[in-house]
Amino acid sequence: MTIDWAHFTPLWSSLGGLLVGLAASIFILFHGRIMGVSGILGGLIRPLKGDIAWRIIFLSGLISAPIGAKVLGLMPAVEINASPIQLIIAGLLVGFGTNLGSGCTSGHGVCGIARLSPRSITATLTFMATGVMTVWVVHHSGFGG
Amino acid sequence: MNHLVRRISEYLAGLIFGVGLIFGGMTNPSKVIGFLDFFGVWDPSLAFVMGGAVIISFLAFRGAKQREFSLFGRVIMLDDLKSIDLRLVLGSALFGIGWGLSGFCPGPAIASLGTGEWKVFLFVIALIIGSWVAGRLQLRTH
Repeated sequence: MTIDWAHFTPLWSSLGGLLVGLAASIFILFHGRIMGVSGILGGLIRPLKGDIAWRIIFLSGLISAPIGAKVLGLMPAVEINASPIQLIIAGLLVGFGTNLGSGCTSGHGVCGIARLSPRSITATLTFMATGVMTVWVVHHSGFGG
Repeated sequence: MNHLVRRISEYLAGLIFGVGLIFGGMTNPSKVIGFLDFFGVWDPSLAFVMGGAVIISFLAFRGAKQREFSLFGRVIMLDDLKSIDLRLVLGSALFGIGWGLSGFCPGPAIASLGTGEWKVFLFVIALIIGSWVAGRLQLRTH
């Protein structure tokens, strides 16, 4: 393993992490809910009456962040190297998998680990492992594009 | 009034989350893939995003576990499911494959819609279809 010192951003990433943690804390302490994006979005795909507005408002706040950053000229690069076909396959897998597994990086990876849930710890170790394997297959094995 | 305050705080939570993802580097798929590239040139940055987020939320959840109602008087919804089943593991495994392939997970992908990049829209539309299909098949345990 070689460390990519050129791209390593421990301070900015820690600051970002603290803000993500702050948002998750606001969610549980004020609203009594887990800030899990796949679940929040899932509730809009199969909406229940009276359980819609907060989801749309939260996701609007989320989308506003890059809009604001762009307006201020502070938005960092979004480098998407995957091809359109890869993005479609990846999107289907992420949507299907997070629904089946009841959570994603925010719900399991942040909130679940923070509350020491054995399910979330298992989920996080699993998606980290298959994520690492996939990157290896695509970029190093010689089989990927 | 209380209702408005609640709405504003929901919006702010989303905004703070989005700003955190941008600062942390999570809205750049190439950086996310760098984090998952254990066997190449590894960028550990995103471990710091997760670490920072977990430390803060750990304290919040400790507080929440002792309460029945949130500060806005809502029931605190914390399931205490313990069962580790095939759905959880298979679902998470498939999610990880998609994550590694694209560098996008749901939070950063939805935030990145705000950049207006068409490729992000393509990913999010596929994500919605994938989630809808899993929901249709009624595969969830709860």
